[in-house]
Amino acid sequence: MTGQDKTIPVLEIRGLQTVFHDAQGAWPAINGLDLTLHKGEVLGLVGESGSGKSVAGFSVLGLIDPPGEITNGEVLFNGRDLRKLDEESLRQLRGASLSMIFQDPLTTLNPVLTIGEQMVEAIAEHTRGATPDLRRRCAEGLARVGITSPAERLDQYPHELSGGMRQRVVIAIAMLNRPDLIIADEPTTALDVTIQGQIIAEMQELQRESGAALIWITHDLGVVAELADRIAVMYAGDIVETGSTDDVLDRPRHPYTRGLLNSVPGDTAAGEPLRQIEGSAPPLSRRPAGCPFSPRCDRASDMCLDQPPPPEADANGRVWRCYHPLPEEEAA
Amino acid sequence: MLLYIMQRLMQSIGVLLAVSVAVFLAVYAVGNPVDLLISPEATQAERQQMIARLGLDQPVWSQYLTFLWNALHGDLGTSFVHGQPALSLIVSRMPATFELVVCALLLASLIGIPIGLWVGLNDGSFGSRAVMTGSILGYSIPSFWKGMVLILVLAVWLNWLPASGRGETVPVLGIPLSFLTLDGLRHLTMPVINLAIPNIALMIRLTAAGASEAVHQDYVKFARAKGVRNQRIVRRHILRNILIPIVTVLGVEFGSLIAFSTITETVFAWPGMGKLLITSIYQLDRPVVVAYVLLVTFIFVMVNLLVDFTYAALDPRVKLTERMS
Ligand SMILES: Nc1ncnc2c1ncn2[C@@H]1O[C@H](COP(=O)(O)OP(=O)(O)OP(=O)(O)O)[C@@H](O)[C@H]1O
Ligand code: SF4
Ligand SMILES: [Mg+2]
Repeated sequence: MTGQDKTIPVLEIRGLQTVFHDAQGAWPAINGLDLTLHKGEVLGLVGESGSGKSVAGFSVLGLIDPPGEITNGEVLFNGRDLRKLDEESLRQLRGASLSMIFQDPLTTLNPVLTIGEQMVEAIAEHTRGATPDLRRRCAEGLARVGITSPAERLDQYPHELSGGMRQRVVIAIAMLNRPDLIIADEPTTALDVTIQGQIIAEMQELQRESGAALIWITHDLGVVAELADRIAVMYAGDIVETGSTDDVLDRPRHPYTRGLLNSVPGDTAAGEPLRQIEGSAPPLSRRPAGCPFSPRCDRASDMCLDQPPPPEADANGRVWRCYHPLPEEEAA
Repeated sequence: MLLYIMQRLMQSIGVLLAVSVAVFLAVYAVGNPVDLLISPEATQAERQQMIARLGLDQPVWSQYLTFLWNALHGDLGTSFVHGQPALSLIVSRMPATFELVVCALLLASLIGIPIGLWVGLNDGSFGSRAVMTGSILGYSIPSFWKGMVLILVLAVWLNWLPASGRGETVPVLGIPLSFLTLDGLRHLTMPVINLAIPNIALMIRLTAAGASEAVHQDYVKFARAKGVRNQRIVRRHILRNILIPIVTVLGVEFGSLIAFSTITETVFAWPGMGKLLITSIYQLDRPVVVAYVLLVTFIFVMVNLLVDFTYAALDPRVKLTERMS
């Protein structure tokens, strides 16, 4: 991963807010999120279920449907604010220089269209006029993600392929137009462990070779440890800690990050019991006024209940949002 | 596949047999046609002779077996009233009914599917809710009443359209058709609208329900994430999926419209099979009634078979296989 210029930002999210409306009001699922991603960089976006990882991904692509709404912030992609683009300009970017892999491979592909049609349209919708060799390009795309006899697969329907195969097809589609940024939303969660490992390895290979920046959304810290350059930990719609993978995993500063690490089986010393974080993430409508983690935090003080903590940074580019961060020496 | 077709055909024969017994008993219960057929002045001897000639002196099971035996030889009996073979009498009326039904379903699809799509894609908007509510009216108003209102307005008050009959027809491959002449078209309009209205409502609701469900599917969102244009998403991704239930329902509706166009045909004096049925029931023309019911059942069964094949062709996940057991 070295040798690539990881200083040019591909994606800069500033103060993003995405809310969901219901009869009682508008509830933020993403609350003032800041995030920067550089060329060729792999970022692991981790957090519990419901922390807003998928909503964050969809917000970047502008794919938030009612009752959801993006209410605030900037999403700069290669310097252009996606929120200011009209729908057609946004469409031209989607799937071309900015693509997304969905969580569940079984529902992502249209059941009544052939794999070929679903791949061909991904290219054809981004090119003017007749495009020769569409099928050949699609078959090559399939071969690249390790699918055997790709030409025959093009004429098959999704249900004729296994879950792992289908997710490979989705990955192949996302890579077809050589995007600058890929958002992969837990692409291996629905698959069994062996297939998971294969797909992660293939994805890593593809990413290196294409130089695309990658956001890998997951709740599995083990996966990001292998894959990511940097980690962003998300809680209740905001990023509570971000830094290099080694820093965050070995020397967490935010109590929530430590909690997550302690609940990973392999990382606990032998004999020491697994510690789950007490309680669960609050629903959108019942998030606390101060630090969102305060009801579950063992370090919480009065000031935590008042105001959400501002971001603080150290010299290594690590950022955390906590009034009482864990001391730097402490290892998890 | 072949086995599947064989199995389906066997089932059809079973259905036809059961229906034939039921209808035979039913018409037997309705009344004795002799009194209607024979003039009151006829002598007792003439009467006996007539009864014997029509086979009405036999017990019901014997009449049924004779009927079945003849039916197997392609003879569904001779009309008491017209003196013609019942089957050919009905078949001669078939083009009129088919034309009516096909036009009505075509109209229903051409109007109902686009409106339904719009409603489904604008789920929850004022317009879509208004259409959905209005569509309930579409199939809850009785057909005969709608027909009479149409006649009253379009024929009697405005005098735009003729109220009854088929108008001028042209033979195409020996089959007389109305829609190719202006006069025929004018005659066709009202009965087609009358028959189409509930089906327009049905198509709207069916398409709308399918579309509003499909829009929220992951594959639609993924297509958007691929940068596919909206128009193509609706045409290929959404419509292609909801076409499956639509075709199924259209098939079923085709069968039932053939069978239930009777009211519309009667109101507009449309010379189709349904009108013939009603007249035959009044005249206790048993062979025609029995032949009609059997023929319609047969059409029903065949249409269902066809729908299954279309279904399998449209939905790659469906394979037609014979049922185990
Ligand atoms: N369409 C929607 N309507 C209302 N609320 C929504 C909707 N989509 C998401 N939310 C809410 O937004 C919050 C974040 O959801 P999101 O799907 O982003 O979580 P996630 O981090 O991706 O979780 P998971 O790991 O389970 O995928 C959740 O509380 C969820 O209830
Ligand atoms: S700010 Fe306070 S409540 Fe929030 S994580 Fe830090 S110590 Fe815990
Ligand atoms: Mg998610």
